[in-house]
Amino acid sequence: MHGTRILDEADRLMTVCNSCRYCEGLCAVFPAMEMRRAFSDGDLNYLANLCHSCGACYVDCQFSPPHEFNVNVPKTLAVARAESYAAYAWPQALSGAFARNGLVISIVAALSMAAFILGFAALNDRSVLFGVNTGPGAFYKLMPHNAMAALFSAAFLYAILALVMSVRAFWRDIGTPIGGRADGGSIFQAIRDAGELRYLHGGGVGCYNEDDKPTDRRKLYHHLTFYGFLLCFAATSVATLYHYLLGREAPYPWWDLPVVLGTLGGLGLIVGPVGLFIAKLRRAPELLDEDRYGMDVGFIAMLFLTGFTGVLLLLLRETAAMGPLLALHLGAVFALFITMPYGKFVHGIYRFAALVRYAQERRTAA
Amino acid sequence: MGSKYDVLVIGGGNAALCAAISARRGGASVLVLEGAPKFYRGGNTRHTRNMRCAHDAATEILTGPYTEEEFWEDLLRVTGGQTDEVLARHMIRESKDILNWIVEQGVRWQPSLGGTLSLGRTNSFFLGGGRAMLNALYLTAERLGVDVEYDAEVTDLVIEDGMFLAARLKRPIKGETEIRATSLVAAAGGFEANIEWLKQYWGEAADNFLIRGTPYNRGSILKMLLAKGVQEVGDPTQCHAVAIDARAPKFDGGIITRHDSVVFGIVVNKHSQRFYDEGEDIWPKRYAIWGRLVAAQPDQIAYIIFDSTVVTSFMPTLFPPIAGQTVAELAGKLELDPAALEKTITEFNAAVRPGTFDHTILDDCRTEGITPQKTHWARKIETPPYLAYPVRPGITFTYLGTRVSKEARMLMADGKPSANMFAAGEIMAGNVLGKGYAAGMGMTIGSVFGRIAGREAAKHARN
Repeated sequence: MHGTRILDEADRLMTVCNSCRYCEGLCAVFPAMEMRRAFSDGDLNYLANLCHSCGACYVDCQFSPPHEFNVNVPKTLAVARAESYAAYAWPQALSGAFARNGLVISIVAALSMAAFILGFAALNDRSVLFGVNTGPGAFYKLMPHNAMAALFSAAFLYAILALVMSVRAFWRDIGTPIGGRADGGSIFQAIRDAGELRYLHGGGVGCYNEDDKPTDRRKLYHHLTFYGFLLCFAATSVATLYHYLLGREAPYPWWDLPVVLGTLGGLGLIVGPVGLFIAKLRRAPELLDEDRYGMDVGFIAMLFLTGFTGVLLLLLRETAAMGPLLALHLGAVFALFITMPYGKFVHGIYRFAALVRYAQERRTAA
Repeated sequence: MGSKYDVLVIGGGNAALCAAISARRGGASVLVLEGAPKFYRGGNTRHTRNMRCAHDAATEILTGPYTEEEFWEDLLRVTGGQTDEVLARHMIRESKDILNWIVEQGVRWQPSLGGTLSLGRTNSFFLGGGRAMLNALYLTAERLGVDVEYDAEVTDLVIEDGMFLAARLKRPIKGETEIRATSLVAAAGGFEANIEWLKQYWGEAADNFLIRGTPYNRGSILKMLLAKGVQEVGDPTQCHAVAIDARAPKFDGGIITRHDSVVFGIVVNKHSQRFYDEGEDIWPKRYAIWGRLVAAQPDQIAYIIFDSTVVTSFMPTLFPPIAGQTVAELAGKLELDPAALEKTITEFNAAVRPGTFDHTILDDCRTEGITPQKTHWARKIETPPYLAYPVRPGITFTYLGTRVSKEARMLMADGKPSANMFAAGEIMAGNVLGKGYAAGMGMTIGSVFGRIAGREAAKHARN
């Protein structure tokens, strides 16, 4: 009756959960469910993207397996969520990338990095690539700033366009039953909920991982990753302003704002993804969407690679390793940008949209 | 010979864990023997959601107040006076403190969000439900050093002159098949999952009962205690039974098989005859009587019949209603005599008097001139599709139990208190609940007497 088997299963579970409601205090999924008695594909995709996979409802449920009702909300919604990314992908022709995402990301990353190294070598003589370059403008001896800016702006703008188009499709689908445009208050509420990962708290005690004892580790690592990413993004933005407004050229001294932001962010992008990866290895298999393991790990690896090459570049920028490291770093960032709309990155965007919808519903119901 | 525990707790639900924690906090070494595997630990507590406690003022989670006197009056009303007043008043007094004590053991409450149950003043809700509450209690017990064994089936109790000596086990635990302890807390629940035992009182009808909780509540510990001279309390035919969906599994269907739609329609038996006033009182107060009413009908089956105008007035249900465009079509699907059902509905509709419908109060929508009357919320059933839920008695827990004192100490048949045996939870609920039920009372009995039993058992062991 639904588009996919996993949505049929999600519908069955939501019917069970809606006649129980013991979990209504745990997170946003259940109160949102209670506002509905029947579930369209859009409703189920909305609920799937509201779920933060903290696992509390599984550990608390009297009907989870081995009970014959076989209620496994975190896993079912995780699969539905992953399938929703592909369903709303823009352009649709690329939605298949989600299915083999680990492979796609590795290939794109490898090709991007190789392209930068070869590109540097082709643009310059080899002494520049493997030479020692220091002082302002050192990076641009390898690749002119304008070329760099044009290339990354194009990749970034494409990512933004693809993401906007995808989320628009998602928003339309989940918005039909209880409609309306997002208002400022709801967006602000969603920013707060997303910023503090409010619904990864397992109802207050923390996230469940390898067993029925809750801890908050996944939340901590997620914060490090997310804020690390934002800091790196801020570092790049500040550096861009420096370049165009102040005419100051990278590399900057270690105490300067872009470097401080980038270093902190880079460390977050090293520790956070490693922590998330270990948490994933430990996570109870019955909570995991194993088919999407590659997508999750691929994204974690890309973030790690971005942070790791960035920090190495900072440490070794006055040595002969600077050229190859810059190529690797730019390659990683480029690959991250262009794979963003077709990988785990989108979970943050869809979840945010779902949180906005939820905040809106709560305000309407109040 | 292995080590000897100060306190042995048999059972693994709310009462057992409260006893174990309170005994351990009292300085005793404690072993909990849970007969079920780990997933099914906790007996009926798995399926509970809230607890009824007296309180003098509103709190973060409760609107208030709910005074001791009001709690006592509610208890008196549901039991029709069949309660031990000394024990009941003692429990109610202690219930005030339990609200905080249980939080200190790691259990979390939630504000009543859904408004699906009108219990926000009298009852506190566990965040995440009964299994979440159990998980918290087990974590706390284990952190304190309480030993817990699962699949630990007790086959015999060694009791001499009202004095507990040891429990015998089906399979060895730590190399032992006999566990000795200085004190015993029996918190192993009722016998609702023991169909053979139920048949002693209900006859063949018990074959048609559905058991809402786990298949592990077989009453074996209760049976042993009564056989070894502990005084029994309570009417063996009394139990907490509600009408649940006839399509529910035989065991462990839990909360999601219930129906709260009775007040919106009529209820007929297999002969299409109504048999009780569906509008007698507001749900959930009257929710608890329908199990017994259906149990008294032929083949222990009944059908809640309503029409399409009220489908969104009650909680969504696990099993969809059975539907027919005409009464005859519906009757066919339910295997009822179409003419008989049509006659019942026509007569009912003709008897409905105009009124102002309001399901939140005892409104003035009622019937005139039929038996039984529907005294409130009576509205014509005339808008297709016609809908029905088949229901059977769903047994939650039984009331036959061991008599105890205020200290949760078991009393022997001759009236003398046992030296070292205590009981808590459903195994002694009959002391307080002679009949009837009000939401959340089972958990109050479990927590209050569990805590007392653990404390007293530890005190005895350390003397």
